[in-house]
Amino acid sequence: MTDIDAASHQLTQALKGTSADYLEARLIEGRSSNIAFRGKELDSIGKTTSIGGCIRALVNGGWGFVSFNDFADLEDKVDQAVRQARFVGGGTSQLAEVPTVVETVPVEMVEDPGNISLADKKRLLDEYNDIIWGVAGIRTSNVGYADSQRRTIFLNSAGSRTEQQRCDVIMRITAIAASGSDVQQAGISVGGKNNYGVVRGLHAEVEQLAKKAVGFLSAPKVKGGEYTVVLDPVLAGVFVHEAFGHLSEADFVYENDQVRELMTLGKVFGGPHLNIVDSPIMPGLRGSYEYDDEGVAGDKNYLIREGKLVGRLHSRETAAKMGEKPTGNARSIGYRHPPIVRMSNTYIEPGTATFEDIIGDIKEGVYARNWYGGQTSMEMFTFSSGETYMIRNGKIAEMVRPVVLSGNVFNTLQNIDAIGNDLDMNQGGGCGKGGQAPLAVSNGSPHIRIRQCLVGGS
Amino acid sequence: MEEILARARKQAEEAEVFMVSSEETPVEFEANRLKHIQSKQSSIISLRVVKNGRIGFGTTTSLADVDGLVESALATAEFGSPVRFTFPSFTEFPPVDVFDPACDQVTLEQMTELGQQMIDAVTAHTPGIVCEAGITKSTTRISLINSQGGQASYRQSGFSLGLEGQLTQGTDMLFVFEGQSSCRPILTADTVTSPVIRQLEMAREHAAIITGTMPVIFTPMGIATTLAGPIMSAFNGKNVLEGASPIGEKVGERIFDARLSLSDDPTIPFRPGSGPCDDEGIPTRPKKLIDQGKVCGFLYDLQTAGLAGTESTGNGSRHGGGIPSPSPGLLVVQPGGVSFEDMVADIKEGLVVERVMGATQGNVLGGDFSGNVLLGFKIENGRIVGRVKDTMVSGNVFDILGNLAAIGSDARWTGGLLNTPSLCCAHVSVASK
Repeated sequence: MTDIDAASHQLTQALKGTSADYLEARLIEGRSSNIAFRGKELDSIGKTTSIGGCIRALVNGGWGFVSFNDFADLEDKVDQAVRQARFVGGGTSQLAEVPTVVETVPVEMVEDPGNISLADKKRLLDEYNDIIWGVAGIRTSNVGYADSQRRTIFLNSAGSRTEQQRCDVIMRITAIAASGSDVQQAGISVGGKNNYGVVRGLHAEVEQLAKKAVGFLSAPKVKGGEYTVVLDPVLAGVFVHEAFGHLSEADFVYENDQVRELMTLGKVFGGPHLNIVDSPIMPGLRGSYEYDDEGVAGDKNYLIREGKLVGRLHSRETAAKMGEKPTGNARSIGYRHPPIVRMSNTYIEPGTATFEDIIGDIKEGVYARNWYGGQTSMEMFTFSSGETYMIRNGKIAEMVRPVVLSGNVFNTLQNIDAIGNDLDMNQGGGCGKGGQAPLAVSNGSPHIRIRQCLVGGS
Repeated sequence: MEEILARARKQAEEAEVFMVSSEETPVEFEANRLKHIQSKQSSIISLRVVKNGRIGFGTTTSLADVDGLVESALATAEFGSPVRFTFPSFTEFPPVDVFDPACDQVTLEQMTELGQQMIDAVTAHTPGIVCEAGITKSTTRISLINSQGGQASYRQSGFSLGLEGQLTQGTDMLFVFEGQSSCRPILTADTVTSPVIRQLEMAREHAAIITGTMPVIFTPMGIATTLAGPIMSAFNGKNVLEGASPIGEKVGERIFDARLSLSDDPTIPFRPGSGPCDDEGIPTRPKKLIDQGKVCGFLYDLQTAGLAGTESTGNGSRHGGGIPSPSPGLLVVQPGGVSFEDMVADIKEGLVVERVMGATQGNVLGGDFSGNVLLGFKIENGRIVGRVKDTMVSGNVFDILGNLAAIGSDARWTGGLLNTPSLCCAHVSVASK
């Protein structure tokens, strides 16, 4: 079987002897296992192994990229990437200077899913599935579990060589209730890096989930319109990722003069209580890493400080072209894609308000918890809750069906008028951009309150 | 592949090897300039076994890793689902042309020229617009053999053009899009630029809309981004089997507008999504899903059909190389007789929805959609007066398709897999700032 270590030695030489301005290679081997239940029956169980690589070349500002599962003729693949880059190039190559790094990053494994037998994994899912089916009114269930382990060797023509390993564990559980042709669902997603333990001990939550799905059948829909909305830490995390995180990715900004002007550092986006951070160096989270996929070390990076835009996320190219410091945010979902500017762990820093402070003076509002999804077009964004209640006269009132919320970044951040003291990071999501999904990220926030937020409804 | 099958059969009652390998060349323009050329080679081999009556499954990217692949499939079979089908034996497939050697013969120079033409046309129309464009050619080889003597092997070519334009004025961002794909080369830039320019024309002015229930025209792309997800979910045999489809027990009932007909037809030549057989070696065939408003049937793969006591409809899809699951090949909505212009002319106050963001992040299973209108236009007194913003559209597909105001004559392919005319729905909930 092909060996990425041997291939990396072969490529170390091949990357040096060319006329390209810059060359890099990533070689990745991985294995994964997955188990899925649909209804009472096991739907699928499988194991995969993969090995592949890619080479990226920069010549006169143009990029070439070759990806492969077939490891034959690596030198030819380097040549092909260089030829493509030369075909594209018509200007000057610009990459921010970064230190040359040679490092094998040690793995901090908490609990290796590779050491848990398939039988044990299946038994745990059986337990969760049985709990759902124990709740009256359930029509069916979906339980999906997957773990993946991956080792990546990165090399570049400046002599960097990093080796990193990571293991991702994700689980999504959905309970589906139905009455006649009315079908309602409730779900949770959990995830973790290097830690199988995150999927354990969720029995009580799973039972709650199944009861919620049944409860949605008799819950009314919110009437569509503008509301004061309170988001729990999970949903507020999705909100900060969609509403602001993507806009801070410099690849959207660096070659567009109008957007550059709009996103000038110092611009006010929110009140002085608003601080937004992206940090790949928070220990042990799904969006955490030492080096990005260009071999650049990650660091804690303030995007908004005291309401003002103070930073953004960069690749080496976007940093050079904007004359800013590289941040180590060039990431790729695997060897089939070049790295692009991505978030890592993105969050709103906690403030001082208690939950009672936040809801206390709301006459009529919406309390949206847990997440289902989110999407952005930069200016406008949407995100959806997994669970929703009305707020009436400062108190949580009746449950309503989950809602889709929408906003406009240039006024919604300004409309955040309360930030709680209870920061929590959500590990259950994945991010998609430019055809690359899902990328392991995490996001978080304390409870926040947003005035005049648009809610879809009947 | 024969070797893997032989090795698996030594320890399992039945086995099936599926292999897909592809070569893809995307040429990408960013910020109106050529930026990136890629060449992607990939291969994936999957092995499905039946051992002691249970299904096991494994995949690998390396033909050299036969031992690991067989071991994975056998190890998972210990816990796998009880098998409810037999693999198909040798079958003649319908002739469905999905390979055109002309795709691979399109040169990088021609692809770059097409990209430049797309960008030139759009930037000439709207100075200041910043475009990303992509031109991709591909060749995919699909092969399958199983222990019942079934086998399939075919090549599929692919060619696609796409453009996204973004115009920023102050804090206002306008996004316009179009993409088309085929198994034959698309060598005319205006296939993509004409619809984009039409969107730019309609978006010239801003228009305010008030919250309420109103007639909404979903254009073909509006349907693809809003209504298609819940509909596909409802016709998925797995959801039907589990009782999670709102229309699972409505076969023969008229629950849609009597003028609405929908079919799945993966035998249309030279379309991505077409092919002589599905990913389990079952011949493809056209199927009615909705006939004049009546629910006709659902989509099945082998295992789901076995569990449901019916036959596979030739809709076993592996999405790359994974375990097969039911998935539509090519969805076709029967066009009606009303032109888009006449539809607009009939509306006093309403909305045209071209693209919705996040519509499928709610209760898709139940048929709900709710999302931000990323590109949509206000209708006033029978005329499009401008683009709406900060607007959400919500509803349930089974409610709004039960009674249509009109079905358009403007059917076209949206991207690759759905061909539909515009649909005008009489009462849709719209929320706006």
